[in-house]
Amino acid sequence: MSVNYDYVEMKFPASAEYVGLIRLTLSGVFSRAGASYDQIEDSKIAVSEAVTNAVKHAYKDGEQGDITIGFAIYPEKIEIVVSDKGKSFNYEEVREDLGPYDKDENVDFLREGGLGLFLIEALMDEVFVKKDSGVTISMTKYMDESQVHADGESITNG
Amino acid sequence: MNLTIMTEKRDSHYFMTLDGELDLYTASKFQEALEPIKSEGTHDIKIDLSKLSYMDSTGLGIFVGTLKSLGKNNNELYVIGASERIERLFEITGLKDLMNITKGDES
Repeated sequence: MSVNYDYVEMKFPASAEYVGLIRLTLSGVFSRAGASYDQIEDSKIAVSEAVTNAVKHAYKDGEQGDITIGFAIYPEKIEIVVSDKGKSFNYEEVREDLGPYDKDENVDFLREGGLGLFLIEALMDEVFVKKDSGVTISMTKYMDESQVHADGESITNG
Repeated sequence: MNLTIMTEKRDSHYFMTLDGELDLYTASKFQEALEPIKSEGTHDIKIDLSKLSYMDSTGLGIFVGTLKSLGKNNNELYVIGASERIERLFEITGLKDLMNITKGDES
């Protein structure tokens, strides 16, 4: 099976001072893929929310750790995967593992005292979350906004 | 990627200007600037966001906290000059209805 996407992966220290650098990186990847200003700005907020969550919750009490961010660049969409485990991951395997989550149950840990996950859901077209030894969040932005409505995954702004 | 905050005391309110990016990294700076005004509890706060280029839920959380804190003393929080992008964040989270958000310049 041929692969129809480019994959870029980066590892950053799980520290607040890198959140801005991650946004800059995202801007570069998205611009190159032809994303619009609004698509870039929406995705910048979404990735910051995922990284903010990882910085605040994954490594507590001064523990050092890394965050891994993968961009899978398809012709029609970009999928961003943020993992607080810090280890490089096999994108294909991670993809198969991720599934839709029950909005009421297993993601409470992400909702505590914050609008972060709410914003991710509002700003991105598809969102998947997985929690095992760490948290992995996958977020997809379609480049052609008309596709968003076709697959019904869109969360429209209220 | 930083945040510059200017605070000016006026007759009825404190006027603050945020210049740069408000995220997890710069949030503490904003909190520290607000803290003395909140504990004084005597003035409204007007915050000019026209030079703020980025904000996310960390920033929204500070606005909500400030709104609550000022409300205890019947003081008001005004947000002015936010870009369309930033105003949209207040809108989709439902915070726009709770806050005094206006386009206008300082007054």
